[in-house]
Amino acid sequence: MIEIRNLTYEYEPGKPVLKNISFTVEDGERVGLIGANGAGKSTLMKLMLGLLESTDAVFADGVPVKKDTLPEIRRKLGFVLQNSDHQMFMPTVAQDIAFGLLNYGMGQTEADRKTDEVLNQLHVSYLKDKYNHRISGGEKRMAAIAAVLAMEPSALLMDEPTSALDPENRRRIIQLICSLPQTCIITSHDLDMILDTCSRVILLDQGGIIKDGPAETILRDRELLEAHHMELPLSLSRR
Amino acid sequence: MNRAEKALHALKQMDELTEMDSPVHRLSALSKLLVTLLFILITVSFHKYDLTGVFMMALYPYVLFQLSGISFRLCIYRMRYAIPLVAMIGIFNPFFDRDPLLQIAGISISGGMISFLTLLLKGMLCLCASFLLVSTAKIDDLCAALRRMHVPSLLVTVFMLTYRYISVLTEEVALMTDAYHLRAPGQKGIAFHAWGSFLGQLLLRTMDRAQELYAAMLLRGYNGEFPDLQKNENRTASWIWLITWAVIFLALRWLNIPDLIGRMFMR
Ligand SMILES: Nc1ncnc2c1ncn2[C@@H]1O[C@H](COP(=O)(O)OP(=O)(O)OP(=O)(O)O)[C@@H](O)[C@H]1O
Ligand SMILES: [Mg+2]
Repeated sequence: MIEIRNLTYEYEPGKPVLKNISFTVEDGERVGLIGANGAGKSTLMKLMLGLLESTDAVFADGVPVKKDTLPEIRRKLGFVLQNSDHQMFMPTVAQDIAFGLLNYGMGQTEADRKTDEVLNQLHVSYLKDKYNHRISGGEKRMAAIAAVLAMEPSALLMDEPTSALDPENRRRIIQLICSLPQTCIITSHDLDMILDTCSRVILLDQGGIIKDGPAETILRDRELLEAHHMELPLSLSRR
Repeated sequence: MNRAEKALHALKQMDELTEMDSPVHRLSALSKLLVTLLFILITVSFHKYDLTGVFMMALYPYVLFQLSGISFRLCIYRMRYAIPLVAMIGIFNPFFDRDPLLQIAGISISGGMISFLTLLLKGMLCLCASFLLVSTAKIDDLCAALRRMHVPSLLVTVFMLTYRYISVLTEEVALMTDAYHLRAPGQKGIAFHAWGSFLGQLLLRTMDRAQELYAAMLLRGYNGEFPDLQKNENRTASWIWLITWAVIFLALRWLNIPDLIGRMFMR
């Protein structure tokens, strides 16, 4: 369970980018976080992971996110960054995936096995021994997702997981997300993807929660979406 | 490819050399690091006129090039900027030290000449040995080896992150240079008036990126220590490697091998 209580955050004093945000995400729930560019989605995710500091505003399974609880929190939460280039730091894909596993005390053989398993699960085994600087943007994204999945976090936070993916890989990620038992919080401008994967949507604008409710209702509400710089998902606007 | 991309390419090329498989690559990084350090120490310790002695030390890089399959030409190519620097250090020796040291076919060779050549050779050998070290041992393994030698964790981490930061920096330079030239067609290099903002941007961008990379590392359990992997290194071979070279280096340094060989034939 992830709980946010009266969270306010400002990068520069006097200019809050998140204002008094509160919501709770239950175990196993899949929540879409939507909003225009600059609404504060990525900032919110970074706060949940403790990459940005907050005090007594974010709780994961009742544990407050703060300096001395970070290792525990980060063991629980997996994060796929908006920019995969910034996520990969080992020379090859396999090494990158194994990095986290080894850090948490897994043996080399076991880590190798796990690496193969997640790459297979995502149908990208061919990436295993490739160099991170020699693969395409979408391949990097798949590898980054694999690296996070391998850690078996109890909740996944994904910042634009399907941007840069071709339709087939996009479909695979959607299916994957739907098949995961874990809690997922997903931000995206790909509202069709949100509609396919999430049961609940939180709409942000200028740092505040505008609406929090079932995906079906919010994503069908043309007026609401357009008032906040968005459009109906394609699959709904055709009808 | 712009120049930054070329630099990046060279850097990645070094990374790839370490991925090769050879008897030398399979030795533990620690033993290679120690042998290299010992080699450099001994090479440097030769007397400034002892050209033949230093020359004998070339045995080590020679054997390593043979065993590791690393190309000697690539090494020379990579050292092309460093060699002139080494040469500059000793360039004045021949002018100051003019005492004739030996006569060959009536031409007298001065001490300065010999000491210049000795210095040049010393420099090249040390560069070669370092090149061989970084092209046969992965940076992570070297860092682990430094840790095992009880070099403080902070220093090792800084070293490691600097190494990673260099590629982040060059990648950003490459991207920005491309972006610049796309909108400044026909310009050679980057216009002087744009340098300030270019460099400022570069610093901010790489800092942001490095910060995100660091965050990505933290998120996956990095706690200041890189996991010390159980590699399929050959431990016995590594010990033998270390001891054998130590003996050879010491012999080359304190026994006058050319002299010994000479005497063998004279008898
Ligand atoms: N490092 C920073 N320093 C100062 N302001 C920042 C910083 N990062 C983001 N902001 C500001 O915070 C606000 C929210 O940014 P955030 O990255 O969370 O948006 P987002 O909802 O993820 O947008 P996008 O859809 O474009 O990814 C923006 O107005 C942005 O200008
Ligand atoms: Mg964002």
